[in-house]
Amino acid sequence: MSGNLGHDRIGAAMPRLEDRVLLRGQGRFLDDLAPAGLLEAAFLRSPVAHGLIQRLDITAARGLPGVEAVYTYADLRPLMSSDHMPLALPAGGLRHVIDPDVLAVEEVCYVGEPIALVVASSRRIAEDALALIELEIEPLPAVVDPVAGLEPHSPPARLGLPDNLVARTGIDYGDADRAIASAPHVIRDEFRLSKGGGHSLEARGVLASFDDIEQRLTVWDSTQMPHRAKSILVDALSLHESQVRVVTPDVGGGFGPKAVFHPEELAIPAAALLLKRPVKWVEDRFESFTATSGERDQIWTMEMGFTNEGKLLAIRGTLRYDHGASTPYGIALPYNAATNLIGPYDLPAYKIDIQLCLTNMTPAAPTRGAGRPQGTFVMERLLDRAAEKLGLSREEIRRRNFITPDQMPFPIPVRQRDGSTMEYDTGDYPRCQQEALAAAGWQDFPARQKQARAEGRFIGLGLANYVEATGRGPFESVSVRISPSGQIIAATGATAQGQGVKSMVAQIVADGLGIRAEQIEVVTGDTQLTPSGLGAYASRQAVMAGNAAHHAALAIVEKIKIAAAAMLETQPDDLEVSQGRVHVKGVPDHGKTLAEMARALAGAPGFALPGNLPPGLFANSDYMANGLTYTNGSHVCEVEVDPATGTVRILRYIVVHDCGRMINPMMVEGQIVGGVVHGIGATLFEWMRYDAQGQPLSVTYADYLLPTSDVVPRIEMHHIESPTPLNPLGVKGAAESGTIGAPSVIVSAIEDALKPFDIKITELPVTPTRLRSLLRKAKEVRS
Amino acid sequence: MFDPRPIKLTVNGRAIEAVVDSRMNLADFLRRDLKLTGTHLGCEHGVCGACTILVDGASARGCLMLAVQADGHAITTIEGVASADGTLHRVQEALSRHHGLQCGYCTPGVVMTLLELDQDREGRALSEDEIREALSGNLCRCTGYQGIVDAAMELFGSQHSSQT
Repeated sequence: MSGNLGHDRIGAAMPRLEDRVLLRGQGRFLDDLAPAGLLEAAFLRSPVAHGLIQRLDITAARGLPGVEAVYTYADLRPLMSSDHMPLALPAGGLRHVIDPDVLAVEEVCYVGEPIALVVASSRRIAEDALALIELEIEPLPAVVDPVAGLEPHSPPARLGLPDNLVARTGIDYGDADRAIASAPHVIRDEFRLSKGGGHSLEARGVLASFDDIEQRLTVWDSTQMPHRAKSILVDALSLHESQVRVVTPDVGGGFGPKAVFHPEELAIPAAALLLKRPVKWVEDRFESFTATSGERDQIWTMEMGFTNEGKLLAIRGTLRYDHGASTPYGIALPYNAATNLIGPYDLPAYKIDIQLCLTNMTPAAPTRGAGRPQGTFVMERLLDRAAEKLGLSREEIRRRNFITPDQMPFPIPVRQRDGSTMEYDTGDYPRCQQEALAAAGWQDFPARQKQARAEGRFIGLGLANYVEATGRGPFESVSVRISPSGQIIAATGATAQGQGVKSMVAQIVADGLGIRAEQIEVVTGDTQLTPSGLGAYASRQAVMAGNAAHHAALAIVEKIKIAAAAMLETQPDDLEVSQGRVHVKGVPDHGKTLAEMARALAGAPGFALPGNLPPGLFANSDYMANGLTYTNGSHVCEVEVDPATGTVRILRYIVVHDCGRMINPMMVEGQIVGGVVHGIGATLFEWMRYDAQGQPLSVTYADYLLPTSDVVPRIEMHHIESPTPLNPLGVKGAAESGTIGAPSVIVSAIEDALKPFDIKITELPVTPTRLRSLLRKAKEVRS
Repeated sequence: MFDPRPIKLTVNGRAIEAVVDSRMNLADFLRRDLKLTGTHLGCEHGVCGACTILVDGASARGCLMLAVQADGHAITTIEGVASADGTLHRVQEALSRHHGLQCGYCTPGVVMTLLELDQDREGRALSEDEIREALSGNLCRCTGYQGIVDAAMELFGSQHSSQT
């Protein structure tokens, strides 16, 4: 029989290995962990956006029965190697490096900033004790607007800084000034774009336990980046590498914020070190709204020059960005936004000044899409405006500006974070748009729209195209080990927050070994079992860990064949590995099981190892990124708008998507649909609002609306597969892509639906109130 | 502040007698005292639906009910859905088949809502809109709901979904 029967293969829609446990409620999430002697923690947080602590009296709180300790900055500082948390990601444009503090020292800079930590026998008692802490704060002026905050006479968001311009960077290629000065047509517009938070259903959480006998600190952290967390803990607490282990239990969603190391992730381990008992903190939803990083406002002031034929000449402008109160995660987000503006179009000249304003709001950091939806939004809106000005159709102006497949690889003179130049690898953008238009019935729509208007209904169709840089490096690790018991373990530095990383790695290794994925145990997110790793960010894990798994599987198969050739007295090329055995090709009975091979390679006292191989049936791969690979997509959606209420209903939503070769199409589609719905939320519902004093106004899911099943449409999906030459599997990332196109396409559709009113939408989210206000103004202009 | 109250209830068919603090909510009682950690807490203010359980067969938010209110009632949690031998309920199987879960945090609540829907429909086939309406009290950040809706359509739907 063929050795390839009955094994899992790359490309199959294999059901996930994770499901059975999760479906039975047997997952092990952070709050499910309850070691003996557990203490629980709660944080006292700043109630004001900016101020100076005048009095902090913890005496009464310390005296409450059940309270083990109350800590302020002064209590934790002796454990720390530095005044601030040693976090900063390298970033060229940073003017002020503002690492957060583990607890506030004297000045508080946003509502939700941790000030003190209570550890008690239960969370209830800890919260009772919070109410007994006496806190007096002298308020200071708060910076709540990134435009006003950059004015010369703005109050400082943090005392002692000369200004609030925390970072300045930009892009400048071609000669945008000259191109705009001489362009036949120039349009100008300003956009104010909110995006909102990650909102994983499981909020953050940390459990730390110090083993006094072994002198080891174990930290269970609901994080996307355990290796980064470990390295920060080692630095901050001056511990030996061997003393710290960070483990991720099952993680209930990530979406960006859990890639950022937050103060609680240091404060809780510090408390466990002081108390020599396990300490757990689980974020409640109010804390999640105020103390967890998310995205906020971007203000874009832009100009676009183009020819009479609609060919782009240049884009120029300024992006001002609300960076919040510190710099926990570099300045990647607005730079992503600015580079992603270019999209699938040939833009000859581009100049943008990116100014990051320090404000008195929660530190900003990426959430799914990481700034890219906003950059794409600006480009797509400008294209629609230009098309209207020239009397071109929206699809035609895009067609005239697409980078075409014969131009690939297409370099763009923009420097990336790693110092390399941007380059699109593969993709067929014109075809992608064409297939989306065809699937949506774009040509027939005007007739339908006309008829609907005659019935008093306002329907509209939108179109948007985008790219996404995926698979960010520098590396990811996978090791595959077959033990003498026959167990196969794949351990990876990649981390799982629901994407199906374990299934993905198992599917690839199973393909290589000719077995079922369920025969492989995949370990993720444990710094003890994977010495190196990076984790989840930038839609990278299928690209990076996927190729590492592929390499490791090939390497272990090679090793099995060399060893087996020596044992079976044949040549490696005459052997094949399948069904858990290595055997002579075409002769399944003449061979060894993988367990037998593992036992042979485990060695016996005094005997040589087969094939003179190094010991152990083990292969490790640290897959290095060969440059970013660009996923792309075209979205078309149909909406109906009720001008009386400002309500938008999405009637149809079509995605044509190209993420190269798909490892598991079912999981790819799951990522895209989830991403689109995240984008629908950002466009129509989700809005983290603050008042003029920096007080958050949306801190429950009654105020901050997440998309629900009854307001999102079925997402219709079509795929193009343009494999990338940049990695052996030919795969590109898919996790954030769906989010990127959503705001652009929905707003394009709304404007189309409301064409009789000539509405121009420049703000996100598009709430009913905002839409009603635009309609009112439009009517006033007309009358 | 400890205000102990005795309660008697059944949980997944098992008779339970316990003494609980009067301010303890039902989800915490299930999770902490009974170690039934499959009931998850997502918002603790009754919106997200992750803590959905069945009380005498009707869905309820475990975070909005006090443990003392469960006195005399029959509670079903996610741990009581699959057979004792581990065989999954057809709702659970369908969710896996249609990729109706990713991180799995909202999943127990979704399963409980679908069990109630199945019971309430009394054999009637449901439209996609009806299914979406029924699920609208369960937030899911991962799936965009499509796999969940497809699973429910396969089991309860009036027409089979065009996509799987």
